[in-house]
This record gives sequence, C-alpha cells and structure tokens, in this order.
Amino acid sequence: MMTETILEMRSITKTFPGVKALQDVNLDVRKAEIHAIVGENGAGKSTLMKVLSGVYPSGSYDGQIIYRGKEVNFKTIRDSEHEGIVIIHQELALVPLLSIAENIFLGNEQAKSGVIDWDETRDGARKLLAMVGLNEDPDTLITHIGVGKQQLVEIAKALSKEVQLLILDEPTASLSEKDSAALLDLLLEFKKQGITSILISHKLNEIKKVADRVTVIRDGRTIETMEKADVTEDRIIASMVGRSLEDRYPKREPHIGEVLFEVKNWSVFHPIHSDRQVIRNVEIQVRKGEVVGIAGLMGAGRTEFAMSVFGKTYGRNISGQVFMHGKPVDTSSVRRAVDAGLAYATEDRKQYGLNLIDHIKNNTTIANLPGVSRMGVIDDIVEMNVANDYRKKTNIRSSSVLQTVGNLSGGNQQKVVLSKWLFSNPELLILDEPTRGIDVGAKYEIYTIINKLADEGKGILVISSEMPELLGICDRIYVMNEGRIVGELAGSDASQENIMRAIVRAEGKTA
Amino acid sequence: MTTETATPAPTSSAGSLLKTTLRDYGLVVALLAIMVFFQFTTNGVLFKPVNLTNLILQNSYIIIMALGMLLVIVAGHIDLSVGSVSGFIGALAALMMVKYGIAPIPAAILCLLIGGVIGASQGYWIAYLKIPSFIVTLAGMLVFKGLSLAVLGGASVGPFPTEFQLLSAGFIPDVIGPITIPMGEGAPVVLHSTTMVIGILIVLGQVFSSLRTRRRRQGHGYEAEPFGFFVVKTALIAALILFFTYLLASYKGLPNVLIVMSILIAGFVFLTKKMTLGRRIYALGGNSKAAQLSGIKTERLTFYIFIIMGMLSALAGLIFAARLNTATPKAGQGFELDVIAAVFIGGASAMGGVGQVAGAVIGAFIMGVMNNGMSIMGVNIDWQQVIKGLVLLGAVVFDVYNKNKA
Repeated sequence: MMTETILEMRSITKTFPGVKALQDVNLDVRKAEIHAIVGENGAGKSTLMKVLSGVYPSGSYDGQIIYRGKEVNFKTIRDSEHEGIVIIHQELALVPLLSIAENIFLGNEQAKSGVIDWDETRDGARKLLAMVGLNEDPDTLITHIGVGKQQLVEIAKALSKEVQLLILDEPTASLSEKDSAALLDLLLEFKKQGITSILISHKLNEIKKVADRVTVIRDGRTIETMEKADVTEDRIIASMVGRSLEDRYPKREPHIGEVLFEVKNWSVFHPIHSDRQVIRNVEIQVRKGEVVGIAGLMGAGRTEFAMSVFGKTYGRNISGQVFMHGKPVDTSSVRRAVDAGLAYATEDRKQYGLNLIDHIKNNTTIANLPGVSRMGVIDDIVEMNVANDYRKKTNIRSSSVLQTVGNLSGGNQQKVVLSKWLFSNPELLILDEPTRGIDVGAKYEIYTIINKLADEGKGILVISSEMPELLGICDRIYVMNEGRIVGELAGSDASQENIMRAIVRAEGKTA
Repeated sequence: MTTETATPAPTSSAGSLLKTTLRDYGLVVALLAIMVFFQFTTNGVLFKPVNLTNLILQNSYIIIMALGMLLVIVAGHIDLSVGSVSGFIGALAALMMVKYGIAPIPAAILCLLIGGVIGASQGYWIAYLKIPSFIVTLAGMLVFKGLSLAVLGGASVGPFPTEFQLLSAGFIPDVIGPITIPMGEGAPVVLHSTTMVIGILIVLGQVFSSLRTRRRRQGHGYEAEPFGFFVVKTALIAALILFFTYLLASYKGLPNVLIVMSILIAGFVFLTKKMTLGRRIYALGGNSKAAQLSGIKTERLTFYIFIIMGMLSALAGLIFAARLNTATPKAGQGFELDVIAAVFIGGASAMGGVGQVAGAVIGAFIMGVMNNGMSIMGVNIDWQQVIKGLVLLGAVVFDVYNKNKA
C-alpha cells in the first residue's frame, strides 16, 4: 500500500466579502490515488480547487498548502501548472475553431524563437491523443468533435504539461454513459502510471467505481474522508446533506385526471440540413396530475422535440398538432405557447434559461411581466412580493431576491428557472434535465416541487438522461430513439433494463 | 447556508449605506467635482448663468441621442450612424423650410418620421437578418454622410425661419414677470420668476414622490434607508436643483431645449425603470436566447430600439440645425463618438444588459463640462481630444475595477 502524501492542505480558510466560503478545510491526497471530493453545490469544492491551483493567489486565503513535501505559495495558475498541477474545469476551455493539436499546445506551443514547428506539434499531439485513447486526426477542429472527445482533448492538454496532479471538476456532467465510462477508465490507467487525480463529481456511482478515498465537504468545512472500503452511497449522501436521506425520491400518491396535453404526428427537420428529419411522427400525451418522462440517449431528439413544440424554437418544416384539453392550440411562437399553458425549462440554464447578470427578482418575472404590471408599467411592490413568494416556495437560498443569479449555485439557479416558469402559471411544464449538475440535496428539493405541482393538477413532462431519476419520479415513461418514440412504459413496469431494451431494439430496426 | 433570511432587515448600517450611496451617486460626485475644478481654473466663468445656459444648449443634442444610445447599448448593440443621421436630418430640414418653404412644425414632424424610417431601415438588417449592428450602422454612417452632402449640394443652407430657431435659442416666456432682488452694493439680480416657480415645483414634486415611495415600501415591510439619511439625501438633491434653477433664472430662464430634454429624460427613466418594455430590453441585452425562450419577441424589440434611436437622432439633428441656424454638410460629424462615450462613461457595459439613463445623461454632462471648461481655459482642441479620450478610458477602467472588487 502506497501512503506517500503528494498534497496536504491544512486549515484552509477563504473569505469573500460577507461569506466564509471555506473554513478550516483539511485535505490530504496520496500519491497515485484517485481522490474524490463530493459536496452540495456551493459547499466550497470549486473554491478549494481554485485555492489549490492559484486562481486565488496565496495570501488571499489562510492556511498552508504542502505539495510534494514543501510548502507552496502559488500566485497564478501558471505557478501551479509549473509544478504539475492541472485543473480541468467543467466548462471546457478549448478554442472551437482551432485544431485539436493547436488546442493541446495552446500557450505551450512547440516553437523555436516564436516560429511554430508544425511537425513537432502534430507528432506530439498524436502521441498524447494515443495516451488518452482518442482516435482523431490532430488537425480536426474542436468544433467538429463531440463533448466527450473534447473532454479527452482537455486531458491530453493536461498531459502535455507533464501533469502530476490532475483535478477534474465534474468531468462527466455532460458526457454520455459510454464516454463517461471511457473517461473513468482513463483515470484508472493514469493511476497505474503514478498520476494522482482529484475528481469532483456528483455522480455517486462513478465515485464508487474509481475513487480510492472520498472527502465530503459541506458548508465550507471538511466533514470526513473515507477509505474505499467504507464508501456507501447512503453514507456519502448522509454526510453531504447532513441528514440521512431515507429515499432519494420523495413519495407521491398520483391523482391522475383527464388528458391535458397531446401531441400528434409531430415531425421536425434539422434547421440547417433541411433534408435531415430529426423528429419522426412523435405522438405523446400527458394527463392532469401526471409526471411523464422521456428517456433516451444523448441525441435521441428529446430536447429538439420539446423545443420544436415550445414556440418552434428548434427546427424547420415542423408539422403535427398540439392539443390542450382536447382542443388544438397554436404553439408557433413562445408567446403563443405560453398563452396556451405551456412552459419549457431548458436543459442549459446558463445559456438559455437565465440572465446571469440580473438578480433573482427580474429573472423570476421576465416570462410573465404582465402579471406584475398594469398597462405596461411594472408595480415594483407587487413584483417584490411575487419574487419573495416564489423564492420561499422553491426554497432558493440567497441573501435576498436582489442577489445576482450568476452568483448562485447550480441548484439555486435551477430553482430560479423553475420560479420563472411557475409564475407564468402553466398547465403543462416541460422540464429538460431539471437536475443536471446539481447536488443530491437540491435534487430532492426539485423533485418535491415537481410532486407538488403534479398534486395541484398540472401535467409534467420530464426529459432526463439519468434513468434512475425518471424511474424515481415518473408515472409513465416514453422512450425515444433517433427521433421516434420507441417504447412506452408504466412507472410500475419500468426499469433501466426495459428502457435500454427498447432503445437497443429500435437501434436494431433502423440499422 | 447562513444567508437564509425570511424577512429583510429593516435598515442597514450607516457605513455600508454610505458606501452603496457613494457608489450609486459616484458619477454625480465626479461631475460635481469636475465642475468645481473648472470653476476654479476658469476663474468662476463655468458657473456664470450665461455659461451654464450655454452648456445646456451645447450638449442638448448629445444628451438626447445618448438616451437612445443607452437603449441600443443595453440591448447589446451599437449605432455608429447617429451623427450622420442627425446631420442628414438637419440638411433635410433646411431643404424643406428654406428651399421649399414648408412651415416649421409640419417639417419638423416629417423629419422625425423620416428619422424613424431611417432607424427602421437599419434596424431591419440588425434585428431580423442578424447582421452585426457595428457593420450596418457603419454603412449607415457613410450613406447618410454622403446623402447630407448630396442634399445640400456641398454648401451651407440657411437661415431658418425664426420660429424654428426658438427650438434651440428660445426660452420659456416669463408669464409671472421678472423679480428684481437688490444685492447690497452689487448690481441687483433680475430673476426669471416663472423659472424659479417651476424649479420649486419640481423640488416639491421630488420630495413628495420620494416620501410616498418610502412609505409604500415600508408599508410592505421592505428595507428603507434610515430617516436621517433620507432627509439629508433629499435635501441635498433639492438644494442642487434649486441652485441650478436660480442660476438659470438669473439669466434668461429655462431654455426651451431644456424642457424638451427634461421630458425625454424623465420619459426614458420611466421606460427603463418602470415599464415592461424597458425590462425586456435589459433581459435581451443580458441573455438574448434566454429572453427569447421567455417569450420576448427579441427581433421586434431590437427593431423598435433602432426606430427610437433614429427618431432621437432626427430630433438632435433639428436642434443642432436650429442652434447653428444653418445646415452645413459637416453637421453631426463625430457626434456618435461623444454619444457613445457618454453612455460608457455613464457605466453601461459594452457586453449589453447593463446601463442607466441617469448615468448616460451625467456621462454626457461630464464630456460637455470638460469641453466647455477646457475651451474657456484656452486648451487647444488637439489636447482636448487627448484628455477626453483618457477620461473615457479612465472612467471605464475605474468602473470595471470597482465591479471586479465587489
């Protein structure tokens, strides 16, 4: 058993104006281990990693960092990279219109007196790509490869810097199951070569698969570090939320009413490649008080379907009918879709869901300004009341409704998105990946909100790539593959195997 | 989380309050400081009633365009054509009134409409075809510069009818009649009493409305500043308004342009702070995709913003032409730079989504006072440009620095 310690962080305390982000955090990482850090969003994981990598320069925090036996004081990211510490952020930092090779050596160009040696660059890139198991031409542009492969390019880039300690901040958040598995295997491979990894993740099954030890951080403090043998999902969750979550999905007695929302014969073509049909004759319905899921792999067309229904915000040559309460409705613009009683909470809250530079109040009311105004004039008292009301209802943790949304954690941002759509008072809510990138505690709260809405008689359509989540909260699940509905399962019959079987069978048919 | 509070604190500490107030009113303080500086360096000329009146007249058209530019910049765009458009409209006005003898009022209305059409013709490409506004309005700048030369045939056209000149050179009539205040040994001051009365009414209105807002907020349990602080703040604002009204009243009273400008400023403050339309513009600039998915018709909104900008450029063109009493082919050249600078000095973000009307107006005055002060001091025009450029850069750097610190 190797017990050589590569990194020790001792009583790190980092204060932002008014907030103690980290308080006496201790972390020790052994050489060539995979050390997972878990914690709710806003617990301080990213802050800790920024302290470590020099984003917050030494002096701006209290405490000591001991790396490879000596105390280090990083002033910039460059300093830490120089020592072989490389951090890969959740939002990839690649330049889309440069090639893989150019990206790998960005800032570290293979050049002699300012002139780039392209052969060296390509050869080097090819070697690194082989190490991460990515079979792509180094001249391919980043924009032409998928997110999973982009992640591998980031790692190749880290390897080019002779990494000793690799920090990955939720590396699999936007990867498919297959890409995630490949990435985790790669980490195990690195471990054999003596590279240490710190893995920040929300996905507990991944942590169980690869991590040697797990440190839990809550409210800016280290709660505990467990050895692999002691790691169970329940224990991690209990430490993370500070209470034991009996069930990850709140119970609900479904009260299902008549058919509320129905889509018939829905077909959509790709917005740019107009001969490519993205959605083929989809037919679905949602009843009052029902939570319906759409399962499927990445690229199955679920988001495309939802957005094309919601105000034709995706695709062209859209055909088909939408019915509410059995009557055909026009959803050809967002305004009309909202008026018809639809709401769509996007999968990408930062890009499409929120105005990050504005505060909670203005984000809450933006989809229903007429609800807080008279003759185009906003009544600020009414608006404040509405915002406070929804902040309480969805349990947004913030100092006030005037806090900037960009400063909230992912879970709280998602609650702002929900507040916005709840205030537009929809009958049918389409939630696209409602818990992506948010922690267990916040997920539970989101599920509770979904249940409450269903109990109020609203219809809920949930798109999710996390099958356990769909199984946990849905009354019925549609399975989508390559733009078609390929299966429909009642909640009681549904299982991960059933869903996968439906997908695989459909794949067989189209092949 | 310790930040969870159900009921907001009723008052905040005096220290933090002073800090936020200073930040909110930082620009006002900067403007006053610059004015006091030039008051000394110009040996008291700056605050002379005649100079102050001039200052307003000289900057009115920049301020009016800055109002529209604020919307454009908050929406995440830019308009480089405003100077050329205002020059072109001035030329058209001269053509209509001087050459064809159209009466001033119908001609002015027609000019404003044409301004709107020009805005629409540029906004169309930007809003619906998603051509970058920088390019569309750069093209517009060249087109309208050329068109004003063509319309005027390369020569100045004037003079305008006297009624039209009143737009820029006129003052409100003193319906009450002047009051003479004896000044001991010095010459007595003759006050334009209507102006004084209007100033006092504005102060009363201001006090009344802030009291009412304060009561209403408190009635609903929302945070209010301590009463003492509120009194001092309101009194300072009232004193400032009264002081400037007094200065204006001791010359010829309120200029007509100031009335037009004040109504527009008030209207734009209302639009941006209270109206759904304004809120949607901020949402559009902050994240246009999110705005669109929230049901905001972002394309139409952008289109409207450029129409408004076109009409304001037209109004500015009319005012400038009336002030010079001729339309010259060079009119309006370079105005766009002053207008854009005013908006950025006023704290707007080049990324969109951030900016205040009051900031843009104060930004315009900062530029205006500097122009005026330096001219009186006899600073050469070349050095004036250098200093203005540095002030623009400095203001934005300071703003960004402050935001990063917070």
